[in-house]
Amino acid sequence: MTDEPLLRVRSISKFYGNRIGCNDISFDLWPGEVLAVVGESGSGKTTLLNCLSTRLLPTSGTVSYRMRDGAFHDLYRMSEAERRFLMRTDWGFVHQNPADGLRMTVSAGANVGERLMAVGQRHYGNIRATATDWLSRVEISEDRIDDQPRAFSGGMRQRLQIARNLVTSPRLVFMDEPTGGLDVSVQARLLDLLRSLVHELGLSAIVVTHDLAVARLLSHRMIVMKDGHVVESGLTDRVLDDPQAPYTQLLVSSILQV
Amino acid sequence: MNAHTDNIAQYNFAYLDEQTKRMIRRAILKAIAIPGYQVPFASREMPMPYGWGTGGVQVTASIIGTDDVLKVIDQGADDTTNAVSIRAFFQKVANVAVTTHTADATIIQTRHRIPEEPLKSGQVLVYQVPIPEPLRFLEPRETETRKMHALEEYGLMHVKLYEDIAQHGHIATTFAYPVKVEGRYVMDPSPTPKFDNPKMHMSKALQLFGAGREKRIYAVPPYTRVESLDFEDHPFEIQTFDEPCALCGGTNVYLDEVVLDDRGGRMFVCSDTDNCEARRAEGHRGHLSGEEAATV
Repeated sequence: MTDEPLLRVRSISKFYGNRIGCNDISFDLWPGEVLAVVGESGSGKTTLLNCLSTRLLPTSGTVSYRMRDGAFHDLYRMSEAERRFLMRTDWGFVHQNPADGLRMTVSAGANVGERLMAVGQRHYGNIRATATDWLSRVEISEDRIDDQPRAFSGGMRQRLQIARNLVTSPRLVFMDEPTGGLDVSVQARLLDLLRSLVHELGLSAIVVTHDLAVARLLSHRMIVMKDGHVVESGLTDRVLDDPQAPYTQLLVSSILQV
Repeated sequence: MNAHTDNIAQYNFAYLDEQTKRMIRRAILKAIAIPGYQVPFASREMPMPYGWGTGGVQVTASIIGTDDVLKVIDQGADDTTNAVSIRAFFQKVANVAVTTHTADATIIQTRHRIPEEPLKSGQVLVYQVPIPEPLRFLEPRETETRKMHALEEYGLMHVKLYEDIAQHGHIATTFAYPVKVEGRYVMDPSPTPKFDNPKMHMSKALQLFGAGREKRIYAVPPYTRVESLDFEDHPFEIQTFDEPCALCGGTNVYLDEVVLDDRGGRMFVCSDTDNCEARRAEGHRGHLSGEEAATV
């Protein structure tokens, strides 16, 4: 590990007219660290994630990313070509709805292989071998490689989306409610898988979720948001076991017990 | 020609008004300057339905002069409806000489074929293009495909070829096979069979592409590299045929399948009628030509 962060976020704000999307948010993300952003619906979690992943232009503030050569680059001063290149090589983005992140009309193998072809791989055999390898790593059996994602179950689609993002060995992955819309047993399996992949590959990740259990399982550190502001941040276990802010206390005490 | 049709050509040469031709010529010049780039232009209504070559006709009308000799082919044939009507149209509105011989023509308007006879420098090949965007069926958003062209993000094109191999074991795309022009823009060569792709590479003739409904013009200048996309372990291949042309006995030409009866009878004949006729005039015969081969 280096002593410099991977992503440096300073005073990011996004306003929709007079409405606040997110306001004055700063933090550092370190290599190998998983950061959870939690909060209720409409608290600005997704706005923040989109601002960080160059999908939405923030109203003010800077986001700088440490490239592989060690130099920090301000994301919004890069050219669009550089940003898009970053998006499909060094970064991943896992959408809540797999249909947004996958090409539903091409086979699973092509979905995984697309990023490889985008960075210039032109050997069919190698692309297919890598795709097969990645499908097995996300527990999709090899004989489904030529099936289209629409023939897959929700959990399989989500795992395929993860494989598609990780195939270029990115350093930073953004996840927007990666387990939303899945039933609990599938959720548990997916979380298990994500946790081992993140650990194995030394990924950094920013996970947006409203599910505190997901945050507890995956993340090292978390940010609690309400109405576009950060109300509390700290190590996940500390925040969940000893919430300081009244809103966090409310959130933690609202977890349903079986 | 009677006086009436002569008058049409004199009243307004080649149907389009001069300002429109000027606009289209500017688009053509831009297209030639950036090989393979789709230049938007203000496509006009033509006296024929979309899909019948309105783009090609507008390009031809803008570049044709009184001393040009025009040849029009439809799938290689000079005598099919589309070719006959467009040829008659230009005889009427421009009063130009027409021919069916590839070597005699200065402008060849084509629907989905390139003549078998190699083109010479000074000739212009005008393609009628239905869908100019090679990425269309992979990425439906026009804003996104334009960005992809601008940033040279062509990985998606290989996804299509990957799908072909995954499903069929080989690249099963046989027409509209994507090409890269001069190492930069990926271009749809209009739905020509991939058999014709190698003819576009370093062609001596100027190639112009007009898409009327989609309002795009693009071009491949003479002596320009045109490379068909492929994989290292699945290289580009053109179609091959098991038998020669049934009429002229020609090989290494593109053949059409003609069904003869309802008991499975079929014949394969040259798609390029001019080439087939020329060969027969030289005395070549195929097995269904009905006469013995002349001793050449």
